[in-house]
Amino acid sequence: MPVIELENLRKDYGGATVMEGLDLTMEDGEFTVLVGPSGCGKSTTLRMIAGLEDVTDGRILIGGRDVTDLDPKERDLAMVFQDYALYPHMNVARNMSFALRLQRMDKAEIDRRVRDVAEVLGLTDYLGRKPAALSGGQRQRVAMGRALVRDASTFLFDEPLSNLDAKLRGQMRAELAETRQRVEKNMIYVTHDQVEAMTLGDRIVVMRAGRIMQVGTPEELFRRPRNLFVAGFIGSPPMNFLPGRIEEGRVVGEGFALPLGPGRAGGAAPSGAVTVGLRPSAFRRAADGDIPFRVEISEYLGATSVLVGRLGTARVQVEVDTPAPVRVGETLQLGVDPDQLHLFDPQTEAAL
Amino acid sequence: MRGGPAHTLPKDPLMATARRRANRLTPYLFVAPALLVLAVGLLYPIGYMVWASFLDWSPSQRIGEAEFVGMRNYVGLLGDASFQESVRVTLVFAAAVVSIEMVLGVGLALLLDRQIRGMSLLRTVFILPMMIAPIVVGLIWRYMYHPSVGVFNRTLESWGLEPIPWLSSPDWALASVIIADVWQWTPFVFILSLAALQSLPRSALEAARVDGASEWQQVWHIKLPLMLPVLIVTALLRLIDAFKVLEVILVMTNGGPGLSTEIVSLRIQRTVAEFRQLGTGAAMSIYLLLIVLVLTVAMFLFGKWREGRDARVRARAAEAEAA
Repeated sequence: MPVIELENLRKDYGGATVMEGLDLTMEDGEFTVLVGPSGCGKSTTLRMIAGLEDVTDGRILIGGRDVTDLDPKERDLAMVFQDYALYPHMNVARNMSFALRLQRMDKAEIDRRVRDVAEVLGLTDYLGRKPAALSGGQRQRVAMGRALVRDASTFLFDEPLSNLDAKLRGQMRAELAETRQRVEKNMIYVTHDQVEAMTLGDRIVVMRAGRIMQVGTPEELFRRPRNLFVAGFIGSPPMNFLPGRIEEGRVVGEGFALPLGPGRAGGAAPSGAVTVGLRPSAFRRAADGDIPFRVEISEYLGATSVLVGRLGTARVQVEVDTPAPVRVGETLQLGVDPDQLHLFDPQTEAAL
Repeated sequence: MRGGPAHTLPKDPLMATARRRANRLTPYLFVAPALLVLAVGLLYPIGYMVWASFLDWSPSQRIGEAEFVGMRNYVGLLGDASFQESVRVTLVFAAAVVSIEMVLGVGLALLLDRQIRGMSLLRTVFILPMMIAPIVVGLIWRYMYHPSVGVFNRTLESWGLEPIPWLSSPDWALASVIIADVWQWTPFVFILSLAALQSLPRSALEAARVDGASEWQQVWHIKLPLMLPVLIVTALLRLIDAFKVLEVILVMTNGGPGLSTEIVSLRIQRTVAEFRQLGTGAAMSIYLLLIVLVLTVAMFLFGKWREGRDARVRARAAEAEAA
């Protein structure tokens, strides 16, 4: 499987630059997820790799071959579209075999491949049906199947699960993760859903406004976000951000004063002002905790609860283990481990 | 919903039944005026024509004075060589113009279905011929086909080629008439095809590109099959019109030379105006009406068939969704 390299990729739309100098290398056999809010350029990037979108400037290399100006068909890719993009006038079998028929592959071989993939995806009973006679989940599977029979070097996914309802999405996500174990291919997956990104990706590329904010494994992004945006984007419920300042080995803000771990003191802005990032899961209930927390909203999820309250004037979400539901109005004593503390420069938004 | 005495059920069950019946009749009451207009404006003249087709009727008689001859007009026409020739000419004309217009119209649409600067202006220019009154189209082409001063023969001459007897030779006249009709009505096919093309699912075409389809393969395997329903209806509409064509040919050749461009509607016009046989003319009109009716019913049935198929497919999808 070839390495895919994007070199200084730029995209203009009618005079407006939506992407400026993107550099990214996707390693051999890697599942790369491009994630970010809508308009961040993730879909545009994918479509440029596919060859469906012109590249304004820069190069795309697949396995060392410059494909920047090649047609999609010359790039050896398979793609799953957000709206599935099935051919409405062809039945499932013909949808799946379209690319193979264009290659004039042997009929028996086409038949064998389609049957194998249909078997895996549970579509065997539906091979004769038109897409319009299928459920949403089945259409999604056909779209996957059409990519799988191709045996292309690289699979591209453009928000493939976003048209499904929540339950089906979870199920298909699991199936996709399973497929990924079985199929040794490059996969590039675009989504706006950080849960999909975290659960599927070997590596995640977080994008915002046509720029890469951070590239890393799910764990790296969660534990060591490089800036405020990534910290806020990855993780659910999202990280809390509070204004604070560094004072004598502690970080102090409205309603809290937390000790910094060893070696964490340096690097603060000259004024000592910092933005403190605390994940809801960073809090724990502790009798010796030094943060009093009055519960305003209590969402009991079973094993855990998401509690909303205030530190000073700032609204804060806290996720704690709850043997029993926490009542609204109760005041809890909370503590935070020093290594769960994230500090950001309020000006540059970079992690400290 | 407001409550109150006005909304309680009427006590008398007979009254309730009467009211329900009145409610059921209301829609028909609203449609009645339109039905009346339809009856007076459409059915009455057609009925008149059907009645006339059973008469031996000359323009100097009132319809009541004409002799009833039963099916004689119809039977006579079946053995009438001139009428048969006009049917043949009409069929050749209709088949030729519709095939050529479909190929050219769809071809143009496929070529022009893209984002080009000035495309909307170009589209407007393309559909202009359709907007011109057929009489005027006939005149324009008659002058262009003129044997000595027409633009075609002058051009041929300037290239040192023999002039062509566009409208004066029986071998050329039908072709010349067909060319003029193609000029006027290709835009109709073009504009409907373009609309069909632009409503195709973009992502399916992108998927085809990723699947390795060339431009030509996209047209053949994706675009044309998906446009097919629109194309079938367009072709039927054009066929219906082609069977009824009159003015352009009337002005250009008046059916000549000989009978070479005499289509059925011209034959009808001559039978009535020249031969003064209103009954025979009416019977010809009925034959023409039947041909067009068959096409119209075909179009209607095609629509019904598609609806039924779509409904069945949707039902299966709903089933699959529920499973």
